[in-house]
Amino acid sequence: MRIAINMAFKNLMGAGLRTWLNVSVLAFCFIVIVFYNGFISGWHEQGRKDAMDWEYSHGQLYHADYDPNNIFTLPKAHGKLPNEETENLLPILIRQGTIYPDGRMVSILIKGIEPTQNLLKLPTHILSESKAELPVIIGDRFANAANLAVSDELLLRWRDENGMYDAANITVAGIFRTNVVSVDNGQIWMSLPTLQKMTGLKNQATLYIANAHYKHKPVEGWVFRNLDVLLSDFDAAVQAERIGSIAIYMVLLALGLLAIFDTQVLSIFRRQREIGTYIALGMTKYQVLKIFTVEGAMYSVLAAIAGLVIGAPLFIYTATKGISLANGTDQMGFRLADTIYPVFSFRLIVATFVILIASATLVSFLPARKISKMNPVNALKGKIG
Amino acid sequence: MHYLLTIAMLVCVSPSLFAQDAAGIIKKVDDNMISETQIMVSEMVIHGKRNNRVVTSKGYSEGRFKSFTEYLAPDREKGIKMLKLENNLWIYSPSTDRTIQLSGHMLRQSVMGSDLSYEDMMEDRKLMDMYNAKVTGEEVIDSRKTWVLQLNAKVDDVAYDSRKIWVDQERYVPLKEELYAKSNRNRQWPCYGGSPLKEELYAKSGQLLKKTVMSDIKKIDGRWYPTTLNYKDMLKDGKGTDFIVKEIRFNEPIPEYIFSKASLKK
Repeated sequence: MRIAINMAFKNLMGAGLRTWLNVSVLAFCFIVIVFYNGFISGWHEQGRKDAMDWEYSHGQLYHADYDPNNIFTLPKAHGKLPNEETENLLPILIRQGTIYPDGRMVSILIKGIEPTQNLLKLPTHILSESKAELPVIIGDRFANAANLAVSDELLLRWRDENGMYDAANITVAGIFRTNVVSVDNGQIWMSLPTLQKMTGLKNQATLYIANAHYKHKPVEGWVFRNLDVLLSDFDAAVQAERIGSIAIYMVLLALGLLAIFDTQVLSIFRRQREIGTYIALGMTKYQVLKIFTVEGAMYSVLAAIAGLVIGAPLFIYTATKGISLANGTDQMGFRLADTIYPVFSFRLIVATFVILIASATLVSFLPARKISKMNPVNALKGKIG
Repeated sequence: MHYLLTIAMLVCVSPSLFAQDAAGIIKKVDDNMISETQIMVSEMVIHGKRNNRVVTSKGYSEGRFKSFTEYLAPDREKGIKMLKLENNLWIYSPSTDRTIQLSGHMLRQSVMGSDLSYEDMMEDRKLMDMYNAKVTGEEVIDSRKTWVLQLNAKVDDVAYDSRKIWVDQERYVPLKEELYAKSNRNRQWPCYGGSPLKEELYAKSGQLLKKTVMSDIKKIDGRWYPTTLNYKDMLKDGKGTDFIVKEIRFNEPIPEYIFSKASLKK
């Protein structure tokens, strides 16, 4: 094997520009694959962290009638958890309502939260600091959509527990910026006691958010959703993105591997005398085949090394400084963090390295199989057959 | 002295007389507007920002809980049927040949983008059963003398806490109606105006939510009935929605099969 590696290395170095062209293409593939996967991993990690910071914390306890995907469950989805069960839980009451900015009717969710909470990053302290009669806070995405600014007053219409309409002016006391669209889009946040009073739902909540110390015990009428369940949709979306990106890798990799395949076919055609000489000197066909296969595989090893040398500064820089995305993703229906910090794990680099070597070895082996069928005499004469 | 005594007696007695009168007026309005059954062909004119849409439908209703509507025009809505039984609503769409059941809460949504909710359309509980009424004054609308009645909810499960109705003094038909939110009652909302939590008192006049103007009053089957109604969501811009009764028949027997799910696909 050592001889094969030495010979393969010398042959590659001897080939000069042809070798470096192949290595460059493969190194580019290596960098792109590692970088894109690192970017997705960074997005995934930040998405989970943002969701925990802004919405889920360490899990949520739903009222049994509550289905977050069906707003028609809201009128009935409220209840009171026994006092002894509320430790380490933050109550949230959700009701439907309608606001009328600039004479337009906009259906919204009204979410009640304790202004003194610090479990979520929502700036609820604004609710307790505001001098307005009915202060609310909203996300900037919703503020843009509804054309609202801080200090704007607008009419809110809602229904009480019996379905009777009620209406009052609310004041936008604060606008917050978050990457978590599900605490921003189409909703307003107000003081929980105020919302409970407005709707007649004293001490009632739709869901409770658990902090890190919460230990779940089953409570009748309530269902606990842990983070894995709550984030399953997001995880699935990221997974789908990963799977979708495989197509791009395949195309890139195919281009690199095609170059190796072509080189191998050409080498075997042009180096028949060399092959015949090896066999005449006593090498088995298998040993000759191994030299050619190792030669091909070595392209990928050189590519990985070149990729790491060229890519490492890029990987280190982006992982520490992040990649700025500005606000472009707002138009995509979801929002990424302003700056994504890619995560380049050792596992990711090794896995990409293995895939690159395995695929390069395979495409080197396929044309080299012809060697096993060669007649040594004809090979020495430079004849195929 | 004699006059003074009479005036004093009138002042003492008149509130109860007014209350009784208001109840009597409301009862007559209910008798006029509500029937055992109704079969109606109507047009709903939905005023949009750029253009108007006219939706024609034929509706059958029996009491509070049974109602069946078939849309006849325009082509996009033609063949859509709605059946309401109790608090359930089924909608049949011919384009998908499917019947969808909507929950009671869906009744609060807008009908075909109009200013009317399904609930508004189907609410025909007697005013007497829902509100306490009192006469607060008299006004003239389109040369017709009207009583102005203030109605305050006496039950919890009504959509509007209070109403103001202008009733034609001769025909006992409402000519105008305003629907108000609950916020006219004095309430205490806990409000955070700095720390610690303090309670503040908010006394507000009721928010006007919807307004209905009735016109083209016609005598049909011995009762006066408004054949053009304009519903306006007062919180929204726009001209509201016109509801024009083209044809109406009261207290005609309606076959029971009409109010069955089977009739949706017929």
